[in-house]
Amino acid sequence: MAKWIALLLAACLSWPVLANEAAPAVADPVLEARMLSITSELRCLVCQNQTIADSHAELADDLRRQVREMLVRGDTDKQIIDYMTARYGDFVLYRPPVKATTWLLWFGPGLLLVGGLAALALVLRQRSRMSPDRFEPDELDIADEIAQR
Amino acid sequence: MKSLKFLIPLALFFVLAWFLARGLNLDPREVPSPLIGKPAPAFALTRLDDAAATIQRDDLKGKVWILNVWASWCVSCREEHPLLVEFARRKSVPIYGLNYKDKRPDGMAWLARMGNPYEASLFDSDGRVGIDFGVYGVPETFVIDKQGVVRLKHTGPLTPDVLQTKIEPLIRQLNG
Repeated sequence: MAKWIALLLAACLSWPVLANEAAPAVADPVLEARMLSITSELRCLVCQNQTIADSHAELADDLRRQVREMLVRGDTDKQIIDYMTARYGDFVLYRPPVKATTWLLWFGPGLLLVGGLAALALVLRQRSRMSPDRFEPDELDIADEIAQR
Repeated sequence: MKSLKFLIPLALFFVLAWFLARGLNLDPREVPSPLIGKPAPAFALTRLDDAAATIQRDDLKGKVWILNVWASWCVSCREEHPLLVEFARRKSVPIYGLNYKDKRPDGMAWLARMGNPYEASLFDSDGRVGIDFGVYGVPETFVIDKQGVVRLKHTGPLTPDVLQTKIEPLIRQLNG
């Protein structure tokens, strides 16, 4: 039994020796960093909640290759983003542009906040003008009253 | 007026429910294509069945045509294929295939087995023309008019309903 365990252990421990050293993933780390910074702003259309930088979908692979090639060619970040939106629409952008159709998206939350604050201010002002007998008396006041009796 | 105040939360509930119901019925896979109304991207690709013959975008100008993106590895393509074969038999418009990220023998074998509705299939082995067309989920179908402008895109397998209510009327209108 012990012999078997030892053998198994040896087999497990020798495994890393068989593994190859990982080859450096990229030739040019600066370029790769730029590629990653651009593709992490872009949505992968196959698995929609991942960025192109993160996704393992084949399309994301192809698009990363495309971005790499465009960078080598000397294209600017804007040219690359434009290239992507010309093909896949604004949907690929994780930060949608501010334009007429996205105003609600950008300013809606602010609008809700302002509306909520306005409603709160209105209600509070109304209540401050009400006469005290419109409210339930505080429990402490009741206690005082009972004590005085 | 004051008596109706109690209806406000109910009204708010209905507004919210409407938005949620609408959200449920929207298909997040259906991404609107920015290509609609724009000239189809230029391409020059070899034929799937003949590596020496090239087809370019401008060869197809002057006729209404359908571009159907397919691949032998694509499971949903099998689903829509009989429909395409049947549609091609009616010869209303030429259908061109874009054989997307496939291998020549695999693609040809698939067509031999499943039937070939295509005038010709363009061989896009590395998917670059696919990227130009904004392909993200095979199968996809484009309708392109006589001036070479993309008029319709359908993502996912074609259904008899899509064919009858969207594609056929559009083709009649473009050819009319």
